[in-house]
Amino acid sequence: MLKFIKGYVSSIDGIEIYPIISFIIFFTFFIAVLYYILAAKKNYIDELSNLPFDDGITIQTSDSTNHSDQ
Amino acid sequence: MEVEKFYYDNGIVKKFALATLIFGLVGMLVGLTVALEFVFPKMTYGVDFLSFGRLRPLHTNAIIFAFVGNGIFTGVYYSLQRLLKARMYSDLLSSIHFWGWQLIIVAAAITLPMGFTSSKEYAELEWPIDIAITLIWVVFGINMFGTLLKRRTRHIYVAIWFYIATWVTVAMLHIVNNLEMPVTLFKSYSLYAGVQDALVQWWYGHNAVAFFLTTPYLGLMYYFIPKVSNRPVFSYRLSIIHFWALIFIYIWAGPHHLLYTALPDWAQSIGVVFSIMLIAPSWGGMLNGLLTLRGAWDKVRENPVLKFLVVAVTAYGMSTFEGPMMSLKNVNAISHYTDWTIAHVHIGGLGWNGFLTFGMLYWLFPKMWKTDLFSIKLANFHFWIGTLGILFWTLPMYWTGFTQSLMWKEFTPDGFLMYPNFLETVKQLAPMYALRSFGGLLYLTGFIVMLYNLFHTMKAGSFVAEEAAEAAPLEKNFLKPKNETFHRLLERKPIQMLIWSFVAVAIGGAIEIVPTFLIDSNVPTISSVKPYTPLELEGRDLYIREGCNNCHSQMVRPFRSETERYGEYSKAGEFVYDHPFLWGSKRTGPDLHRIGKGNKNSKSNIWHFNHMFDPQVVSEGSIMPPYPWMIEDQLDVSALRAKISAMRKLGVPYVEGYEEIALEELQYQAQEIADDIAANGVEVNADREIIALIAYLQRLGTDINNAEEVPVK
Ligand code: HEM
Ligand code: HEM
Repeated sequence: MLKFIKGYVSSIDGIEIYPIISFIIFFTFFIAVLYYILAAKKNYIDELSNLPFDDGITIQTSDSTNHSDQ
Repeated sequence: MEVEKFYYDNGIVKKFALATLIFGLVGMLVGLTVALEFVFPKMTYGVDFLSFGRLRPLHTNAIIFAFVGNGIFTGVYYSLQRLLKARMYSDLLSSIHFWGWQLIIVAAAITLPMGFTSSKEYAELEWPIDIAITLIWVVFGINMFGTLLKRRTRHIYVAIWFYIATWVTVAMLHIVNNLEMPVTLFKSYSLYAGVQDALVQWWYGHNAVAFFLTTPYLGLMYYFIPKVSNRPVFSYRLSIIHFWALIFIYIWAGPHHLLYTALPDWAQSIGVVFSIMLIAPSWGGMLNGLLTLRGAWDKVRENPVLKFLVVAVTAYGMSTFEGPMMSLKNVNAISHYTDWTIAHVHIGGLGWNGFLTFGMLYWLFPKMWKTDLFSIKLANFHFWIGTLGILFWTLPMYWTGFTQSLMWKEFTPDGFLMYPNFLETVKQLAPMYALRSFGGLLYLTGFIVMLYNLFHTMKAGSFVAEEAAEAAPLEKNFLKPKNETFHRLLERKPIQMLIWSFVAVAIGGAIEIVPTFLIDSNVPTISSVKPYTPLELEGRDLYIREGCNNCHSQMVRPFRSETERYGEYSKAGEFVYDHPFLWGSKRTGPDLHRIGKGNKNSKSNIWHFNHMFDPQVVSEGSIMPPYPWMIEDQLDVSALRAKISAMRKLGVPYVEGYEEIALEELQYQAQEIADDIAANGVEVNADREIIALIAYLQRLGTDINNAEEVPVK
């Protein structure tokens, strides 16, 4: 099986371009994430960062208070 | 909206937590034992399964997969349920996951000391256990994704992203690196050979560190630091950048484990560049963790749990700064093969993984047993003795690391090696190894104090196996917000998330792995490189069984200090039949690649025989353990035919039908060696294991002696 993959892959023309393509994909994706994050609304971000404090446990202990008012 | 009542499953969390404690103790006891073997090399004289080469993999596997692994599952099963407001998908799967994992650990603890090993670091377990790991990992995955699907929260908190990425990547790494050809029930050969095998192994090895010791723990950090300090994470935006940058970059950095080796330059360069880039997201994450505590430092002073977490995150920062530095070629030229790497590992292991686990457990036990921690004082004591332990462990190892690299490289004004005898460095380091063991003892003492403390906490409280909670179910016809961004969609959809993080790691994986299949054209073939003889092949398998590669490298780097000491530097083309590669990553003893007959470092048969029987008599001051059993035990040749056929299937050019005459050739070659040893005064039977081992050692690095290197077309 290995020999098959090996032979197959080594015969792809111009495989050197792979790293460059991957880098471009990576870079574009990263810029998109960056844009999304910087553009996200503050209250939305606050909602997300408070997720650990709302676990629906009925007997509240001191540290499961909600922080969305901070 | 109607509220549903449900229960969190704390029972499974408790099971994993107890397993973490038990295997933490075992892993560290074994760690202390191997540390002591540096100081007392004959400590376990004659007991084969306790010798260093067999115990070291037990230490690393027990610590990584049993201690850290169970720690991960403890934290994941606790936080996942609460972050999703849902009980785990299936109690049965939770149970299978738990017991399956513990069985795997037990299997590892039995087979590794017996010498059943593939020799690949952190992937030593043999193929049946590898398959079991794959199955249990899938069970864990189904349980996790099932829970995600029945969750009662719309959004998925960043910690869970780290869990998902961990799951996907570990699955991919484990499968690719463990592709092997079974020979017998407990013996297999890697599908890859030489350079290719090395590249796949360290792509795996590096990412085992990244996706087992790092990303899941970052998820735990993003959950437990806010929970314990009772304040939300400093910057949620930063946490998202942290996540994507880490998983993308990490996967490309593997080749920094192979700098200056026979690996092609382009692969080495990729490894360096991406390792340097890693500083940014890693430190972003560290700062995010620490800044969450801004304005709460008074709490840190009082609360031992927070103290543990702060030191853990700081240690994460230290090792992620040190790591990229060690990836620079000129720094790695010094640090590679030395105790510097070992110190780096334990800053990460003892500091980041250990302390984060301790902090988490000190917080979880009182929570789940609905009581207070038995003793804050003892927890503080643990914190201080543990911190001291880390210092005593690592500082001496930095010292030995620098000493080794300086002494190995120093020349006299006339251009000779200042310390041509490797043992001179070893003797210098003895006190430092003793100090390191002392550090380990302190750290272990702290751990035992924690066991005591948690045990009494359990006794004082009453365990809540089923914790009641209430939440509204997700509305079925959720109105998508207008102009929902792609990423926001991802946050709601775990399956998409799974696919995209797989894409992210697969891109990095492909770029590193695909071209290695091209390595054929990058590796100049050397026509005189021939397959091992049957006796040498058996000897090589003994070398693997005893774990010699844990202390000896087989890779002479192209530096004058190394060629002067060891001989001609190693060429990629010399390893084309090495399934698996045995380059090693640590030089507790000297490199062995040029130890073969006619090479610069070559030794006589009788020298090897005496040396294996009692290293200290031949090399005064050596810390190598003796191997008397190899002289007593008969070589087991029952799998010889299967081995030859397996190798041929992997592409090693043994002629058809060679199996028929292999045993005869083996016996002939063995007799020659035994006769030579007898001629020098020691009677030994030709059928002993030692003979095969000597045959292998005499063969090492000899093929190129009468060859011209011919680049391929
Ligand atoms: C940005 C992050 C990091 C980078 C770039 C990095 C880089 C490195 C480098 C260059 C080596 C030495 C390779 C050699 O010369 O053989 C190494 C070894 C190692 N590192 Fe890191 N490191 C990082 C973080 C960590 C962390 C956080 C941990 C642990 C929790 C860790 C655990 C290890 C281990 C176990 C080894 C030993 C591998 C072996 O067996 O040779 N690293 N790392
Ligand atoms: C009591 C605590 C511990 C002691 C005494 C100890 C001792 C040791 C010793 C003596 C070695 C062999 C070094 C060599 O070959 O030169 C080692 C290797 C290693 N230990 Fe530990 N250890 C401890 C805890 C840990 C922890 C908590 C972790 C990780 C979470 C860890 C991970 C490792 C790893 C990954 C290696 C292999 C390093 C490499 O190949 O580069 N250890 N340890």
